[in-house]
Amino acid sequence: MNLWLVLAVNSITFGGLLFLLSAGFSLIFGLMRIPNLTHGSLFMVGAYIGVTFVLGIRGFQMNIWLAAILATLTVAALGALAERLLLRRLPGDQLAQVLVTLGLSFMAADLCLMIWGGDPISVPTPAELEGFVSIGVLVFPAYRLAIIVIAAVFAAALWLLLDRTRLGAMIRAGVDDPDMARVVGIRVSQLFTIVFALGAGLAAFAGIIGGPILTVYPGLDQDMLPLALVVVILGGTGSLLGSFVGSIMVGFIYNFGQALLPELAYFVLFLPMLLVLLLRPQGLFGRHVP
Amino acid sequence: MTTRILALVAALALLGTVPYWVPGIYYTNVASQILFYAIFALGLNVLAGYAGLVSLGHAGLFGVTAYATGYMLQLGFGHPIAILIALLISMISMAIYAALSLRATGIGFIMITLALGEILWGLAYRWISLTGGDNGLNLKTRPEPFGYSLSDVNTFYYATLIIFLFSLATMTVFVRSPFGAALMGTRDQPRRMNALGYHVWAIRFYACMFSGLLTSVSAILFVYYTQFISPQTLALTASAEVLLMVISGGAGTLLGPIVGAGLVVVVKTVVSGFIERWNFLLGTIFVAIVILMPEGLVPGTVRLWRLAWRKFAGSPRAMTRDAEAKP
Repeated sequence: MNLWLVLAVNSITFGGLLFLLSAGFSLIFGLMRIPNLTHGSLFMVGAYIGVTFVLGIRGFQMNIWLAAILATLTVAALGALAERLLLRRLPGDQLAQVLVTLGLSFMAADLCLMIWGGDPISVPTPAELEGFVSIGVLVFPAYRLAIIVIAAVFAAALWLLLDRTRLGAMIRAGVDDPDMARVVGIRVSQLFTIVFALGAGLAAFAGIIGGPILTVYPGLDQDMLPLALVVVILGGTGSLLGSFVGSIMVGFIYNFGQALLPELAYFVLFLPMLLVLLLRPQGLFGRHVP
Repeated sequence: MTTRILALVAALALLGTVPYWVPGIYYTNVASQILFYAIFALGLNVLAGYAGLVSLGHAGLFGVTAYATGYMLQLGFGHPIAILIALLISMISMAIYAALSLRATGIGFIMITLALGEILWGLAYRWISLTGGDNGLNLKTRPEPFGYSLSDVNTFYYATLIIFLFSLATMTVFVRSPFGAALMGTRDQPRRMNALGYHVWAIRFYACMFSGLLTSVSAILFVYYTQFISPQTLALTASAEVLLMVISGGAGTLLGPIVGAGLVVVVKTVVSGFIERWNFLLGTIFVAIVILMPEGLVPGTVRLWRLAWRKFAGSPRAMTRDAEAKP
């Protein structure tokens, strides 16, 4: 099969996972004005919790979808808790909030190492999606196609949520002008908790359904966080379309970079970021410079 | 004023005699570590404290210098040339780093520096033909300036001390200079500074270069101290560690970063003897300091001391001094 086509499918798959990760990151950034540095950890914690359910607790095994839902809910609750108990105590002090998320990410990384050990854990691909799908003369791995479909569904659902519902309108108002949103009676601080939990849950979900492709290992958080940062620098903060386009771009650059220049894969990410920073510092779809 | 001079003389005497009053060479080595990390923290403090620009990628720059020194030595250059080339490479990297990250300020600056730091880490980790990947680079020898071999623990300590005192003196001059005042102006009121005719961007850029210079100096000391450099040195945890030194001691103060460096190095050395979970403790201290004592230990202790003084002594002189200090 054609190498380029395989690479392209892998890139879109990876871009889909990145979108799930960075959509929440971008929304939290847009609303709370802070880069949530625990986002990589949430991805990793979600993957670890999910894989624990998949491999089974006391012999009781779950299928990956149920495990993903449980992991998502757990991590969303953890995220809401962290926002309520810690970030809430530092209102308006964005620097302190960023530093708290940084400290939390170290604690999470070490706790995961303590609980799950240092060896990578591979997540079994669900049996119903193990094979290949042939479309015409082309053959695709089924699980990767499934991830693409899931990411597309989530993108559509998030767009509907933000564009068509009352909650979405409130979030958009908060992103555009938090002070004015407060004046017209929107409880912005409640939105903070909701958006933080939503972002945490999405990151955890991406972590577990990405498990069969990426495996779960210590340091996964540090691999994913810079990618989410680059996506948001490229796409612009608080913009769903921005994180979508940014994710697909980073997915392509990262995968093609790894195939063609394996030693410099991380470095080639730097080039589009450089161009965007020089020509359009607010990002491709962002409205204001962070 | 006289108490200040007395304290200074006492501190110098203490620092100058470290190899004679600590219990063994192990502790002299810890003292050397504190001193070169203090230079690193002073360097970051120029940005995080005086310019209001929190960089989370400084370990990346630190690593660039360390790798450049190691690589030049591997190519067979002598120590002075290797150090000079490493400094040159670091200054060029710093200029690029500054030009990119100064596209933003505040949170945006944090985000860009974090991404740049991680990219440098990724390079060190993956570009195996240049950096040796996870195996890192080894340095075979330490230099011998003026016939003193730095392989000796005490000589290394004194060399580090001299460079540290020189860096501290430079910092003191910098803080009191018109440039230092202008930099603090761009931190507090960038728009007014702009209106007054200052070139805010250029001031910040020069501050970045000064910070980068101190960072590279400490990195050269570091790489000669450990005689080894691996990607771990560039990791986000390393950037956070030095930021913790600055913040825990007190950002924007002269002595704070030095106290912070001492605290972090001692805790890290002592604790890692007992438990492996240094990162967990690092994270906990970080969260605790940010929430409980956001201004840092040095200003925080001064504040508590004044408060206690007023409560217990209750002398009117202390009250007026406190009232004076307030605004």
